[in-house]
Amino acid sequence: MIALLIRDLALAIRAGGGFGLGLAFFLIVVVLVPFGVGPESAILSRIAPGILWVGALLACLLSLDRIFALDFEDGSLDLLATAPIPLEGVVAMKAAAHWVTTGLPLTLAAPGLGLLLSLDPAAYGWLVLSLALGTPALSMIGTFGAALTVGLKRGGLLLSLLVLPLYVPTLIFGAEAVVRGAAGQSNATPLLMLAGITLATLALLPFAAAAAIRINLR
Amino acid sequence: MSLWEYANPKKFMQTSQAVLPVIWGLTALSMVVGLVWGFFLTPEAENFGSTVKIIYLHVPAAMMAINAWVMMLVASLIWLIRRHHVSALAARAAAPVGLTMTVIALVTGAIWGQPMWGTYWAWDPRLTSFLILFLFYLGYIALWEAIENPDAAADLTSVLCIVGSVFALLSRYAVNFWNQGLHQGATLSLDKQENIANVFWFPLLVCMGAFILLFVALVLERTRTEIRARRIKALIARERMA
Repeated sequence: MIALLIRDLALAIRAGGGFGLGLAFFLIVVVLVPFGVGPESAILSRIAPGILWVGALLACLLSLDRIFALDFEDGSLDLLATAPIPLEGVVAMKAAAHWVTTGLPLTLAAPGLGLLLSLDPAAYGWLVLSLALGTPALSMIGTFGAALTVGLKRGGLLLSLLVLPLYVPTLIFGAEAVVRGAAGQSNATPLLMLAGITLATLALLPFAAAAAIRINLR
Repeated sequence: MSLWEYANPKKFMQTSQAVLPVIWGLTALSMVVGLVWGFFLTPEAENFGSTVKIIYLHVPAAMMAINAWVMMLVASLIWLIRRHHVSALAARAAAPVGLTMTVIALVTGAIWGQPMWGTYWAWDPRLTSFLILFLFYLGYIALWEAIENPDAAADLTSVLCIVGSVFALLSRYAVNFWNQGLHQGATLSLDKQENIANVFWFPLLVCMGAFILLFVALVLERTRTEIRARRIKALIARERMA
């Protein structure tokens, strides 16, 4: 499983595309927002947590269809499905590789982009913490969506339609944690909920995703 | 005699053919009675004026929008566990009906909201959850349409339906946490002291019954269509083989 993780990471970094693309997309979203809503820092700092969370979510979405598509095309997914390790483990490793190449860089880049949106100074820590807690859930849910649509020719748009409603709770609790943290209120509840969602998706969705892949490979 | 006999398409077709006219008749009867009673024979409510009458469409539609998803969940589980094709087709048949009910609930709510709350739309927890439910229905139907192999499509949509149910519930509570509501609380519960007045309650009950019957009739009709479509496909395939 570790070997699979390393292989996926190496592929993502060397083959180009996936790795930097999400970050660049995140940067562009954040840069475009002030053009849309105007440069007043009062407005920007109010909407900054939401924009950063929505931007991270969309950047995550961008690279989802690559999780299984390439392996499906060249047949390595069939090999992985018949390999001695359980398919659930393969799925979990795929999600982990996706998180390391998108969720982690997004989490690390978010404070820098928060600067552009004049994010409240009190919110930086909460932003990083909530993204670090929430982005694994985004990767795992996205992996499930990718598993559902792996056999389809043009699954990208359908994938977004399937995955976005599933992202709603994560987004709500993630953004809420930052907003409350910035306002100095207690944000233990949203953070705990966010951690709960992440742990539950990591525990349960690999089974659903593996089932979907088995159906698609049948 | 067991319930599973109706999982046989032939038996299902026979029974549904016999039962459907009765259900359609009852639907029409209860719909006419409920709506005429509700629209013309009830007093106008205090503070609400005649806008209260939209309740006779809004509440039953909203109820069926949720129950249609529950029915799809049950049908999906039956398909995954017992592999009855009729069950998968019934889930497929119910999805557009549930989607339509969701739209009716959202639109009637918006029409009512304009005079009462002064806005067509507010990010109220109930409204937002229904919008999310609408998106779930869209995704479910789109997945059915996108996959060629009917068995794989049934399997994948069933998995989506189960996972979606969990996330739909989760969204409901997340949205509650996120914003306080404009929408009034439940006034129809069985265990509370303060409920809707009986003058409105009885016609509403008839309308809810009418919508349940309408849903059953539509789903049966659509399932029959799906079964026929499946048979035509099989016939064409057989023709090609010969």
